[in-house]
Amino acid sequence: MADEHRTSLAGPVVPAEDAGEAGGPEQLPERRPAEVMRELLPAIEPERRLNDWGRSERVEGFMDRTLVEFFYRYWFRVEVEGIENVPSESGALLVSNHAGALPPDAAMIGKAIREEHPTPRPLYITVEHFFKGYPGFSMLIPKTGCVAAHPANVHRLLYDERQLVLVFPEGRKGTEKLYRDRYRLRRFGRGGFVEAAMRAEAQLVPTCVVGAEESAPIFGHMNAMKRLTGLLYFPITPTFPWLGPFGMLGYLPAKFKIRFLEPIDTVELGGAEAAEDKALVQTLSQEIRAQIQESLHEMLARRKSVWLG
Amino acid sequence: MAGLTELASPEDTATRRVLVTGLSTYWGGRLAQALESFEHIDAIIGVDNEAPTRELERTEYVKVSNQHSLLERIVRAAEIDTVIDTRLVVNSLMAPPRLAHENNVIGTMNILAACTGSDSPVRKVVFKSSTHYYGAEQDDPAFFTEEMSRPHPPRTGLERDILEAEEAVSEFAQRNPSVAVTVLRCANVLGPDVDTAFTRMLRLPAVPMVLGFDPRLQFVHEDDVVHALEHAAFHVTPGIYNLAADGVLALSEVIDLVGKVPLPILPPWGTGAATGLLRRLGFRIPDEVVNQLRFGRGIDNRLFKATGFTYGYTTRETVIKLSEHLRLAPVMRGTDQEYTYEREVEEFLRWSPHVRRSREHPEDAEPLGF
Repeated sequence: MADEHRTSLAGPVVPAEDAGEAGGPEQLPERRPAEVMRELLPAIEPERRLNDWGRSERVEGFMDRTLVEFFYRYWFRVEVEGIENVPSESGALLVSNHAGALPPDAAMIGKAIREEHPTPRPLYITVEHFFKGYPGFSMLIPKTGCVAAHPANVHRLLYDERQLVLVFPEGRKGTEKLYRDRYRLRRFGRGGFVEAAMRAEAQLVPTCVVGAEESAPIFGHMNAMKRLTGLLYFPITPTFPWLGPFGMLGYLPAKFKIRFLEPIDTVELGGAEAAEDKALVQTLSQEIRAQIQESLHEMLARRKSVWLG
Repeated sequence: MAGLTELASPEDTATRRVLVTGLSTYWGGRLAQALESFEHIDAIIGVDNEAPTRELERTEYVKVSNQHSLLERIVRAAEIDTVIDTRLVVNSLMAPPRLAHENNVIGTMNILAACTGSDSPVRKVVFKSSTHYYGAEQDDPAFFTEEMSRPHPPRTGLERDILEAEEAVSEFAQRNPSVAVTVLRCANVLGPDVDTAFTRMLRLPAVPMVLGFDPRLQFVHEDDVVHALEHAAFHVTPGIYNLAADGVLALSEVIDLVGKVPLPILPPWGTGAATGLLRRLGFRIPDEVVNQLRFGRGIDNRLFKATGFTYGYTTRETVIKLSEHLRLAPVMRGTDQEYTYEREVEEFLRWSPHVRRSREHPEDAEPLGF
């Protein structure tokens, strides 16, 4: 029996030239070039229903065919502009404005890429890590393609896996703003998203969403309830909390318009080396914010009706 | 055998006299067995304060507790060039907290002290650590890489001990630049033979989960860990490496593969109190795993692969291997013979002039007189 457990020599024998690179014992481990590390990513196992991020084709497919389909086609009647600005390969970071008590914009952008793009690609949505700690949510959120907004996660997705990632730099400040502040972009954090994209040498695609603000307007906040439930915020909307938790899904049928702006090539701006340049990162972050704000104003000026577009 | 020694790089053959600490632990025993098959290794010496639990052919067992003066004498007397430290306790159920601390922190310091000194023969130290180093928290990255540290201070005594032990190792590495120090942080190990928190949990008819959570988990097969220790002894450049199989599985996926029933009995709030209650009922889940059951942990294993190591199993295959073993276990019960160490027998086999070595290695035997 003992022999069976003896490890054979046949397994992990390194080719001689590989071990030769090891160098003297004084040297610290030499990081291989990042491209080599990319090739060492785990292979996809087709038998699995989940990927390594916890994304489930089954759950996502089901949501896509039912709830998301209904809202996309019939409720919000989403119109898409500039889909050609979303690259069909290589990593890209979509940067969008954010709104709504339970924001519907992320799901609609994901659906728009699946529906309209010539080569439909999965979209990874960065969310606050708050959701990972909330029972129930923590099971559902990763299965629908959401990942925690950690710089390391964004880098792996953009650089190593060359995926599409959606980020809302306004974060919670965008979703909790009141109806009277609609379409006024909040501060864009510290520009971490620009830094992540530059490090990964991925394109930045500014994205504008019109309609989300009116679909789930927030009229006020109940701070006592927020503390009691441990939620990020406890909003008062036309349907929440009056209809219970499902009131969060009680969206008004506002007409949605999504516009993808010209992508920004971070390689031209200096790529990974320039990511250290805080001034450049801040400037670029401000520029993207201004672009989205300007484009939003233009879209709003042309909109005849909130409900009919 | 000759073919394999040719394959080995110069670095490879420089490892000739090995000290394995924690010989009576699962990893110490497995590693010593594996090292015995390498012809170019002249001496394998195992130390522990308990007798070995696995049958060994040429490994010499020295009973010694973590006393650095004694260890140092052994190291110098045997001219040990490579020390492989496998003795870290990474499961708080395996030893009471005080013993675990004694072993993990004080023990590590003593072993490192035994390798210190400008005239020390030791030129390589391999330290088996654990990915409990990273913890499991809400704001973790989805994949931990080696240069990351945990975002919050450790929650359990065991995690604190592992951090302290690793700190001691990195301090040793800085002070002794002539010694190549390799740290392997192992993910949760699964396998038919090894006894870990997760193998215990997956043996239960229903697997406990925290209600409302489906954590991402990554395992590594027991054989891959032994291979990795071997690989670290012969090839790897110094540094810290994660050891985890390819693929991160959700706990629900794992339970499904093993063919068990998920049992979400742990409440999302007051989980600690609930596990305390379960422990009294004999349903033992170690503290450091409770957080993993909530937030999970993903490991980036690419750096070790970049050194030329290949894993035999993916995480999924590891789980499938375990499930096959679990299904066979009732059929195979009782066929496996327990090994007990008998000092006199072992010494006879190693040193008696009446033992004919050629019988053990018939391929080496030279036909006498022809």
